[in-house]
Amino acid sequence: MRIALEVNGRPIDTEVSPNLLLVELLRDHLRLTGTHNGCDTSQCGACTVHLNGSSVKSCAMLAVEADGGCVLTIEGLAQGDQLHPMQQAFHEHHGLQCGFCTPGMVMSAVDLAQRQVNPSEAEIREWLEGNICRCTGYQNIVKAAAAGIAAMGAK
Amino acid sequence: MAHDGIGAAVRRKEDRRFLTGRGQYIHDIRRPGEVHAVFLRSPHAHAAIQRIDTTTAAAAPGVVAVYTGQDLAAAKVGGVPCAWGIAGKDGKPMKEPPHPPLALGKVRYVGDTVAVVIAETVSAARDAVELIEVDYRILPSVVGVVEALRPGAPQLYDDVPNNLCCDWAIGDKATTEAAFAKADHIVKLDLVNNRLVPNAMETRAALAEYDPGSEDYTLYTASQLPHVARVLIGALMLGIPEHKFRVVAPDLGGGFGSKQVVYAEEAVVTWAAGKLCRPVRWICERGEAFMSDAQGRDHVSHAELALDGNGKFLGLKVSTLANIGGYISTFGPNIPTNLYGPLLAGPYTTPAIYCEVKVIFTNTVPTDAYRGAGRPEATYLLERVVDAAARQLGIDRVELRRRNLIGADAYPYQTPVLLNYDIGNHQQTLERGLALSKWNEFAARREESKARGKLRGIGMVTYLEACGLAPSRLAQQLGARGGLFESANIRVHPTGKVNVFTGAHSHGQGHETVFAQLVGDMLGLSVDQIEIVHGDTAKSPFGLGTYGSRSAAVGGAAIFKATGKVIAKGKKIAAALLEAAEVDVDFDAGRFTVTGTDRSKSFGEIAFAAYNPPDAYPLETLEPGLEETAFYDPLNFTFPGGCHVAEVEIDPETGALDLIGYACVDDIGTVLNPMIVEGQIHGGVVQGIGQAMFENCLYDAESGQLLTGSFMDYAMPRATDIPIILTETASTACLHNPIGVKGCGECGTIASPAAVINAVLDALSPYGIAHIEMPATPQRIWEAIAAAEGKRSA
Repeated sequence: MRIALEVNGRPIDTEVSPNLLLVELLRDHLRLTGTHNGCDTSQCGACTVHLNGSSVKSCAMLAVEADGGCVLTIEGLAQGDQLHPMQQAFHEHHGLQCGFCTPGMVMSAVDLAQRQVNPSEAEIREWLEGNICRCTGYQNIVKAAAAGIAAMGAK
Repeated sequence: MAHDGIGAAVRRKEDRRFLTGRGQYIHDIRRPGEVHAVFLRSPHAHAAIQRIDTTTAAAAPGVVAVYTGQDLAAAKVGGVPCAWGIAGKDGKPMKEPPHPPLALGKVRYVGDTVAVVIAETVSAARDAVELIEVDYRILPSVVGVVEALRPGAPQLYDDVPNNLCCDWAIGDKATTEAAFAKADHIVKLDLVNNRLVPNAMETRAALAEYDPGSEDYTLYTASQLPHVARVLIGALMLGIPEHKFRVVAPDLGGGFGSKQVVYAEEAVVTWAAGKLCRPVRWICERGEAFMSDAQGRDHVSHAELALDGNGKFLGLKVSTLANIGGYISTFGPNIPTNLYGPLLAGPYTTPAIYCEVKVIFTNTVPTDAYRGAGRPEATYLLERVVDAAARQLGIDRVELRRRNLIGADAYPYQTPVLLNYDIGNHQQTLERGLALSKWNEFAARREESKARGKLRGIGMVTYLEACGLAPSRLAQQLGARGGLFESANIRVHPTGKVNVFTGAHSHGQGHETVFAQLVGDMLGLSVDQIEIVHGDTAKSPFGLGTYGSRSAAVGGAAIFKATGKVIAKGKKIAAALLEAAEVDVDFDAGRFTVTGTDRSKSFGEIAFAAYNPPDAYPLETLEPGLEETAFYDPLNFTFPGGCHVAEVEIDPETGALDLIGYACVDDIGTVLNPMIVEGQIHGGVVQGIGQAMFENCLYDAESGQLLTGSFMDYAMPRATDIPIILTETASTACLHNPIGVKGCGECGTIASPAAVINAVLDALSPYGIAHIEMPATPQRIWEAIAAAEGKRSA
């Protein structure tokens, strides 16, 4: 099937098989390997990207479902050399260790910032429930998300 | 320049690539012309393979090759080796049956590798795996250690009677029995240490290629110890000599011990790459990971603690059945023995200890190191039995610990079970832990919960662990089949910039920052002038890798030593250039200075001179260049310790358990980067909380099927499950390594399970409940309450 979509601001027009997952389109076809695949059962959230501004698990949807849409991945978040405020907050607050869950965490947290101005710690934890991290114990991720959301609001 | 040396909370250098999606994990690496491997795994826990027919699979579209155990045997591929053999109490070596990379004759657990299909695409390989016909004769299976030892139990190996791999012991039995004979109190406890799945977020993966021109192999693999993997896979399994075999472990999405194991799949894809002359890529799916990554823990134990009338510990007897799974894993036998028994002294003065461990084969995934590796099991048992003693004797649990902690002035302290502690201060960490957790104000909090109909509990652990693995000589006496030192190479470039090549591997620990801080501090450079290189056997000197909280204590010490050599050579160069005697040259803050003068050269000037020797450079007696290598073999283990306190609330109506507070004070020696240390402790604590509250790897007792095979069945801790963790560090600098570091990677996982369970039992104390198994799920708690109420009303 032929699909046309925008990925990180770049128009993509490509032929895909109907069973191709969005995460496979991103990783294998477009070589955007920042989006990770951690579990195959849409539990871990490492594959989280934005579709039309909202976070989605790209392992749980087909590439053809993104036809006509706008996809934003971790690679498209920074402006040139300037990290996005959420990326900067994760760096500042040591919100990552091995880095594997990080793109999903960051994309998820950015979506929360778009939905809620000043979420509580409990609300941030609730929002990130679909993203598993094995390294950090979540504490610094939550701290980073709060700081990133504040920084995004301040802009 | 901002201070970014030792002790500074330097933000991580490695973050940027991970935050922008530019990390290079094995999953991300592709090679032109690559083919894809998918393994056929046993659907049975125990079965004889009567026939394998691969004809249809081999003829399927896109299939390049199908291999079975017979093909590997015909090619003389060796078994998956064990790097640590142990001996039983009779002095005889453990039973070490062969572990063929693809099963031969029998399968021994659900997930055992039976065959591999290599095809042009992953989906073609997956489809073809379904076409392999295997006739299995299903055999009775056994998954539990108690059942596996019973007479008449299914036998995994013809030549391993009673499934007993090794009957191991440590300590003096007679002395311990004598201590028990004079005891006023004996406290007994039976407990299980539940089996866990490590679940690094990046699944294992391997990509191997062979260059028929140079006859060189390269394997990209998920390894915490690429040099060790090269020896085991290359020299021992495939007959590929080290100089023709490069192993690269790039960015890894976590390890936690599961990637220090050498696995069949890595060897099979390497062998196939050579045979096919094409790159062979394998990515483990999560479901496969659940049934093939080495698992952790799985003990059934009985403990007895003898005390005198004042609550002084007189002796400890422990008998443990440890599940080693269907085969011996790389370090499997070492975990429930050498890394367990010697830890049973903990931070206490217990004068007599005897521990027996029966290491047992079962039809389950092999077990091996999982964060903490043996030490969490020992600490859990010890801290549970200490709390049980406090309850039985009616002594306050803090007071009981105070009476038995080793005094800060008693070091060096020789325990009755092998270890000699160099330094510690457990009184201090205990008192600080009490303060941090507001222990003394708990009664008011309990009342407040009670007013809301909730049960509140608080629990503590005073732990000691041994890490910084390991003094090679001692380790070899204990069965290590190699050294356990670490390596470093410091390459100073003509411009004064530095590359550090380390044998340690970073997969989340932040070595690229911490090691740069260490070297920068010594050479007077900022961290951005130093690049750390790791994870590639073609670059770093032979090193043992990262596990057992060893990277800073052993790897860091090697880097310290090599950097010291650089400085020493720099002094020679400076002395020549400054026309002074070498002994008169000092090095401080990046400058070589002739003592008592203003004559000096910067580190950069000396580096430049080393590669562009001026006339004054004595080339006849001093080599040009500035590059040094060091190997550091630790003199002892390091002994972090501290106090962890957990606070919980239970809804007695439903059994719902809420962890509402956690505080810990850890003495980890010199803190190189407090931000990274704190992150390590957070992560470790939460993995232990996972064991105490959520995680449990279960097999069906009848069929041996894995019941918890995905994140939908196996409960990983999530953000909502965890409270804010309060952390503090204390420091009694390690005496025997040059940077004073002890290690921080595993403290949390070692201490937190018992802290949580002790808190749960404290909350349940109104019901007289003295025991609950991990994970303390709402169902188990509710059942315990219901049983206690039933007893009460009966």
